[in-house]
Amino acid sequence: MNKKTLLHLDYPLMYALVLMSMLSLVILYSAGGENLSILLRQAARMLAAFVIMIAVAQIPPEALARWTPWIYGVGVILLVVVLAIGVIGKGAQRWINLGLFRFQPAEVMKLGVPMMAAWVFSRKPLPPSPGRLIIGAITIGVPTALIILQPDLGTAILVAAAGVFVIFLSGISWRILTGLGIIATALAPVAWHFMHDYQKRRVLTLFNPEADPLGSGYHIIQAKIAIGSGGVYGKGWTNGSQSQLDFIPERHTDFIFAVFGEEFGLIGASILLLLYSYIIGRGLYIAISATDTYSRLLAGSLSITFFFYVFVNIGMVSGILPVVGVPLPLVSYGGTSMVTLMAGFGILMSIHSRRRLISS
Amino acid sequence: MPHESIRDVARESRVFRNRLIVSSFIVGFLFLTLLARLVFLQVMDHRHFSTLSERNRITVVPIPPARGLVYDRNGVLLAQNFSVFTLEIVPDQVEDMDELLRGLSYIVELSDYDIKRFNQRRNQRPGFESILLRTHLSDEEAARFSVNQHRFAGAELKARLQRHYPLGRLTAHVVGYVGRISDRDIKNMDPKVFQSRYRGSEYIGKTGVEKSYEEVLHGLPGYEQVETNAHGRKLRVIQTLKPTPGKNLYLNIDVRLQQKGEEALGEFNGAVVAIDPGTGGVLALVSKPSYDPNPFINGIGFKPYAELRDSPDRPLVNRALNGRYPPGSTIKPFMALAGLQEGVNRYATTYCPGYFRLGNARHKYRCWKRAGHGAMNASRAVTESCDVYFYTLAHKLGIDTMHREMTSFGFGQKTEIDLPSESSGLYPSREWKRKVRKQVWYPGETVISGIGQGFILVTPLQLANATAAIVHDGVQYKPRVVFAIQDPITGEVEKLKPEILRKAENTRPEDYEFVRDAMHNVVHGRGGTARRIAVGAKYEMAGKTGTAQVVGVAQGARYSEKSLAKKFWDHGLFISFAPFGEPKIAVAVVAEHGRHGGSGAAPVARVVMDTYLLTPEELQAEEAKKAEKEKQQENMQ
Repeated sequence: MNKKTLLHLDYPLMYALVLMSMLSLVILYSAGGENLSILLRQAARMLAAFVIMIAVAQIPPEALARWTPWIYGVGVILLVVVLAIGVIGKGAQRWINLGLFRFQPAEVMKLGVPMMAAWVFSRKPLPPSPGRLIIGAITIGVPTALIILQPDLGTAILVAAAGVFVIFLSGISWRILTGLGIIATALAPVAWHFMHDYQKRRVLTLFNPEADPLGSGYHIIQAKIAIGSGGVYGKGWTNGSQSQLDFIPERHTDFIFAVFGEEFGLIGASILLLLYSYIIGRGLYIAISATDTYSRLLAGSLSITFFFYVFVNIGMVSGILPVVGVPLPLVSYGGTSMVTLMAGFGILMSIHSRRRLISS
Repeated sequence: MPHESIRDVARESRVFRNRLIVSSFIVGFLFLTLLARLVFLQVMDHRHFSTLSERNRITVVPIPPARGLVYDRNGVLLAQNFSVFTLEIVPDQVEDMDELLRGLSYIVELSDYDIKRFNQRRNQRPGFESILLRTHLSDEEAARFSVNQHRFAGAELKARLQRHYPLGRLTAHVVGYVGRISDRDIKNMDPKVFQSRYRGSEYIGKTGVEKSYEEVLHGLPGYEQVETNAHGRKLRVIQTLKPTPGKNLYLNIDVRLQQKGEEALGEFNGAVVAIDPGTGGVLALVSKPSYDPNPFINGIGFKPYAELRDSPDRPLVNRALNGRYPPGSTIKPFMALAGLQEGVNRYATTYCPGYFRLGNARHKYRCWKRAGHGAMNASRAVTESCDVYFYTLAHKLGIDTMHREMTSFGFGQKTEIDLPSESSGLYPSREWKRKVRKQVWYPGETVISGIGQGFILVTPLQLANATAAIVHDGVQYKPRVVFAIQDPITGEVEKLKPEILRKAENTRPEDYEFVRDAMHNVVHGRGGTARRIAVGAKYEMAGKTGTAQVVGVAQGARYSEKSLAKKFWDHGLFISFAPFGEPKIAVAVVAEHGRHGGSGAAPVARVVMDTYLLTPEELQAEEAKKAEKEKQQENMQ
């Protein structure tokens, strides 16, 4: 056991996460209209998330690997249950009410799917055989399909991405990868056909937001104005006119980056990006120094997925990706996704603190 | 485990490491993409987005100017502004308009008409501007709304300046009225002017002085730069530019003359126009019957409008400007002047046997005095209004000469008064008849034109202005309703300069003196047709009566009032000026179906002139005398 790590925590990562949480509270104070109760609620959630992270970090990776099929299995069952409740209740539903808090099975699958995929591929030597690949694809496909049915396309994409990253890291041959890419491109029109109207509109809006400035283009236009008018130095904390005068919708949740860009400018945004890349870099380092296949695949996937969240959110807010409901990880207001993320970081820490134990 | 043995740990490690390196590169590249995007937005396009952000934040709200006031020559207020409560809606701030209107209808009275007008206005204006829904809220309604205001996002109670005409119908035909700006008003305006001047304005001059002096009265709007949030709610005022109020107008009109003139017309419809011959200032411009202009300001309802429009008395028609009447004998002084100009000897006589014949034709053109006037010269012909003298004169001059001479007195021409849409009347010519009627001119038409019958049509305003020209040796001014323009801020008054409109063909002062004398005799001389109005006068006056046929009288038949409905009775006309010698006022009166100029119209002129020329004490004495006379008459009965 590594004597340097207390409680199996990775301090470089820990400090970066704490710094990020501070940044989140600072910008949330401004975005939330200088409302202290919002701030306190978020701080409490962060505290809880850190506790969960530390708790998860205590679980050794072997134990995690052992429980993986159970966690995944229960997750799929819960997804089916949620769908069933939705059908019976005649309305879309994403959560199960546990009295104390609402529980989203899809959120569990953000971890459950990459864990299961890593488990599947670590059973046999890498690179995976075609048979393994098909099993892996089913492992990812079933929960993704169930989440799409909820319908929650945003989460489904994130869940699927986490699984796909595992496949990529497992060393799937480039030939198969290119082939899958071509098939995916060919299937895009089919997917288009099955998309909801509002989803189609969001994609179209991306290419020409001005076509519908008061409808679906409004988010993008106002967010771009906010970021652009921030300039290099920003308008100053709590001084963003776009943010403070309500021009940015959902400004303390999904569009919080627009507030950040407006008030802290290019310099502030760059610092934020730098901090993100540090966290991701640390995650990738943990993955590369992991000593068993399951840990490697899982750590790599979790790190890239975290980046994927960041990229999708900032890409959407700055107008290069369509609007999907993905919060800015660790910064946006809201509890559920933060808990999942921090649990993920707990897994990373657990993997890192136990690497030599296995290798030696 | 069996699998472990065939695992190539080193190879697996290498494959994974390669994949992770590729991933890191992709992640790095995508981070740079985001950074590039931020540089593009925040550095390269910063200016553009800054502008958009400012535009988002700041809204420019126009503040309409206060409209200029209108006073008569003695400072009596004719058009004023007072504050009323209005209920207005900013459509952009409303989520469900139908719901809002339904809710409001429980609080304040809303007619279908109000809602219809509101929807019309909504289509004309941008959605962030305040649109009027109801005006003249009662105090109770205003209070009720204030209490419930939180329930109606987007609706607000405002205090707005509202035009009001305190004298109502008495000045309606002069002052006119303002009304809500219509699509047609916008179309008739230069779009630039509309954009710069009328943003925020609700009203525009529709008729009368309100229309012709719109530019002076309206003023310039101010602006308020306000910071608004995304829901259009005002947060704070950043900058205010005060509106420039419209200028006040002082009219030449004297409301006392206006009132007395209208009263004096009594049962008759008609018009009275009084002009200051020295300046062209319009002292009175009465058109009877009149209407109350106040309901027109916010749009008169269809029914009351239809009643006014379809009334046989035509109250909406401005008779002074647009009433076209045959001038009858009032044309004779002008004919006399034309004759003198064309070389007729003022002492040469024409014998009046009671009729005139064209050559050997059998048709008799009758003189009103069937027994005949005997020998008539130009002076006596005017005084006694001998038709035969003027038949003869007309026949001698011919229509072409008459057209030239009469046009030079303004007949058939616009007076260029500072009121909108006056009629030019009609003085016929050969050319006119060929063009319009597609017929040749008959000599008989020349003959009757000599006594102001036939095709000739004049407006009361033209008559008054031509009469002023007699006073002024043929010089005619443009009639001016407005006397001066006052800047409401500095108090500075700018008097409008009289402008000469035209000069008559005849420019010889002695001819004018001759005709003025003849007109003096009409009132004060032997055989004069308006002698009755000289009774008790404190000054001398001159005039000319006229009677205009509404229906032709058949050859050999007699005109008889008793056998005709009132609407076919002749119009009574009278033109006059006073005091004789140094005239200060010229008056033209048309009393519709007033039968004779001497009885129906002339007393009206006398009342108007008395009101203008006498001192208040003299006027009082006059009133007292009149009251006593009426009492005596009652006693006799």
